[in-house]
Amino acid sequence: MDDKKQIKFILNIAVLALICVFLWWGNDNLSSFYIRILNLSAIFVILGISMNLVLGFTGMFSLGHSGFMCIGAYVASILTMSPASKEIIYFMEPITPILAQIQWPIFPAIIMAGVVAALFGFLVGIPALRLRDDYLAIATLGFAEIIRIIVTNTITITNGALGLKNIPSVKSMWVYWGIAIITIIILKKIVNSSWGYSFKAIRDNEIAAEAMGINLFSHKLLSFSIGAFFAGIAGALMAFLITSVDPTMFRFTFTFQILLIVVLGGMGSLTGSVISAVAITILMEVLRVVEEPINFFGLLQIPGLPGMRMVIFALGLLLVILYYRQGLMGTREFNWDYILNKIDSFRKRGASM
Amino acid sequence: MNEVLTTDHISMEFGGLRAVSDLHLQVYPQEIIGLIGPNGAGKTTVFNMITGVYKPVEGQIYFDSNNITGLSPDKITKLGIARTFQNIRLFNSMTVLENVMISKHLRRKSNLLEAVLSMPKYNRERTMHYKECMELLEKVELADVADEMATSLPYGKQRRLEIVRALATEPKLLLLDEPAAGMNPNESNELMEFISKIRNEFDLTVLMIEHHMEVVMGICQRIYVLDYGVNLAVGSPSEIQNNEKVIEAYLGAVDTDA
Amino acid sequence: MSMDIFLQNVANSITLGSLYALIAIGYTMVYGIIRLINFAHADLLMVASYIAFYGILVFTLPWYWAFIIAVVLTTIMGVSIEKVAYRPLRTAPRISVLISAIGVSFLLQNVAIVVIGARPKPFPRPEQLVWNINMGDISFLSLTILIPIVTFILLLLVMFLVKKTKMGIAMRAVSRDFETASLMSVDVNKVISTTFMIGSALAGVGGIMWSMQYPQVDPLMGLFPGIKCFIAAVMGGIGSIPGAMIGGFVLGICEIMIVAFLPALSGYRDAFAFVILILILLFRPGGILGENTVEKV
Repeated sequence: MDDKKQIKFILNIAVLALICVFLWWGNDNLSSFYIRILNLSAIFVILGISMNLVLGFTGMFSLGHSGFMCIGAYVASILTMSPASKEIIYFMEPITPILAQIQWPIFPAIIMAGVVAALFGFLVGIPALRLRDDYLAIATLGFAEIIRIIVTNTITITNGALGLKNIPSVKSMWVYWGIAIITIIILKKIVNSSWGYSFKAIRDNEIAAEAMGINLFSHKLLSFSIGAFFAGIAGALMAFLITSVDPTMFRFTFTFQILLIVVLGGMGSLTGSVISAVAITILMEVLRVVEEPINFFGLLQIPGLPGMRMVIFALGLLLVILYYRQGLMGTREFNWDYILNKIDSFRKRGASM
Repeated sequence: MNEVLTTDHISMEFGGLRAVSDLHLQVYPQEIIGLIGPNGAGKTTVFNMITGVYKPVEGQIYFDSNNITGLSPDKITKLGIARTFQNIRLFNSMTVLENVMISKHLRRKSNLLEAVLSMPKYNRERTMHYKECMELLEKVELADVADEMATSLPYGKQRRLEIVRALATEPKLLLLDEPAAGMNPNESNELMEFISKIRNEFDLTVLMIEHHMEVVMGICQRIYVLDYGVNLAVGSPSEIQNNEKVIEAYLGAVDTDA
Repeated sequence: MSMDIFLQNVANSITLGSLYALIAIGYTMVYGIIRLINFAHADLLMVASYIAFYGILVFTLPWYWAFIIAVVLTTIMGVSIEKVAYRPLRTAPRISVLISAIGVSFLLQNVAIVVIGARPKPFPRPEQLVWNINMGDISFLSLTILIPIVTFILLLLVMFLVKKTKMGIAMRAVSRDFETASLMSVDVNKVISTTFMIGSALAGVGGIMWSMQYPQVDPLMGLFPGIKCFIAAVMGGIGSIPGAMIGGFVLGICEIMIVAFLPALSGYRDAFAFVILILILLFRPGGILGENTVEKV
């Protein structure tokens, strides 16, 4: 038993080391295009697993993720932009004086983005989490829209519909994947703790969970706020990746993409969300081809089909929910025991031959 | 008197309809009390009021001389009342052991941060809870299926698991909602023994709703009879068996369950 | 505010309210029967508008033919969506069906973007239906009168269907208790199909009138009206047809009047509905005409 624990520990370290080597190598050797896609995957990994905590593990059908992301993105942008560019960008109405001179380093700003998003999550959760299922869905969707509308209208803070530009650019994969891996580890710890089991108990049967002494409201609020926290962090990273934000980025469509990741990976599986986040982000880029004009040897020109990618994804979501409801992983997680057992039995078979 | 539970003339209404009216129930330590009555008599409503699912429109509920009227279900469980459900409500994505471990969450002393950081305090607590739950499962002969999915157990064992899960919250008072439902005479006999056994072992007081008369008459010290939300009679099993009002209520209503 | 501007706003809010009401009926009927927020309902508005648009401009049909075809095709589409995307999930968890509905909605929107393009297009208003009416100092469109009349007639028709016909009784039975109704030899599939048929037809009519009133079509045009109409349905008491009507009017009047009296808030117009929704759900979850239900333990 202890032997196995040690092996698993070593394997975990080995995997982490391997990832570090890859990041170190990739930062210098991959083209900026690939790095960008990988960084985007990391952001979607954070979004996917944090939404899965709320949706898959706690069973709360919240569609507010894009709203919390929006908050994170704006907080991080406003905190890190240089006073000079703030003066240029806020030309409709100048930025409120309190924010004009602030310029924080990247990491504190990312944390702050998460904290502010979590705070909003907490405040939104207090009324919204009294609701369930589809009413919760429509209410959280509503809150996300309200957040977006407020952002559009508070021009002296957010520059309104014009959005923000010249946000400091962060390119290093260490930042994106480092934070993604920390998020995975934290969420895995949460999910396997007695809190995580309480979340699952609430998902399985609210009435029984409450009868077993679990305070439904505080646990739901906790799960929801944690989800919002990581959505805020992902929003901040998004801002640093594409260096500009505007309110239309955080439409409901965005939540739909995250929903797709969660459903495809399996509601209730962190592993599934990680895999499908990376897969879908890469597919998203690969499928860009179908939206561009195709030229057959200069003879025939097929015009591009903008929107085709989303058609494919919408169909994908429908097929998964109709025919393969448990998704890629169901509620299973990656674990070494399974692999070790496989290797063991393989070895034994080999020995007996 | 040191009652464990007193419902001081409680009543419940749904849309103007009285489901329970003026019920005065007293339960003393170590007793096994039966709550019987025809279908729709308001028995489960009484449970729901005691456990905080509903707040009585009139009257007060005292547990261990605390007024618990209107407290939320989780708080009441924390104070020491646990229950099972008429229709089994196990956590269906979890194993037998995980179902029981849930009940230890309310006795936690560490916080989420300590759990995320794998602090020794949390790990020690978790190991302790694990040991307690395994011991409990051994006592009730479910240890061999600890790692199986709760919903894959046969019906009788699921019922027992629900009771064990309630026990794991470390209650003083256990409410059982039709624990023998759907059981054959053999199984109900086993259940009776099981209930008296856990009562003695865990120093429990038990209040149970039951239709199987042989179970109720077999192990209950006192029985409350409810009909249309009104307390028709209270007394020892033999007193109840010979009570004319009770006989009338049962013959006039359902006797198929008995 | 001068009197004529006020009257103008009254007229606008009645028109908007009627449109909301008409679309909300579809939501409330479907929700009443299968407990599903039919996200695709919103996109049926868009589908109907585009079919009418192409019917008039590309196939140069007379407007009435274009409208009839649009409503018929939208109805067929609504019924097919239920058959393909919702029916297989009838025994699945509610979240699955909801995800399916969101998926259908996105599919329709994006197919429209691919086929038609994301750019909004002007909707051709038939001259026979839309003209200016001048009364003293105020002038308004004929639609201001037409839309409430059409809504009212359709409402009466639906009420008649639900209250007086055999199918209507079956519908109410299914919405009360799914399983018992099917045991009583009610053909549940047929009832659900009929519900979607009525709802989609109303969405078709609503979509066409919406694009006449706000003469522009684009692939995402259904999104906001859709969500707002669902909110109207919740406001009135989900499952109740008169409730949807009341909810629609209340929402329409609130939206227009708040902006009229408090122009500073005009940027927040689209947020009102959600604020109202959240307040309603918290303080009177059954809606204005609905009943509150508690889960049985």
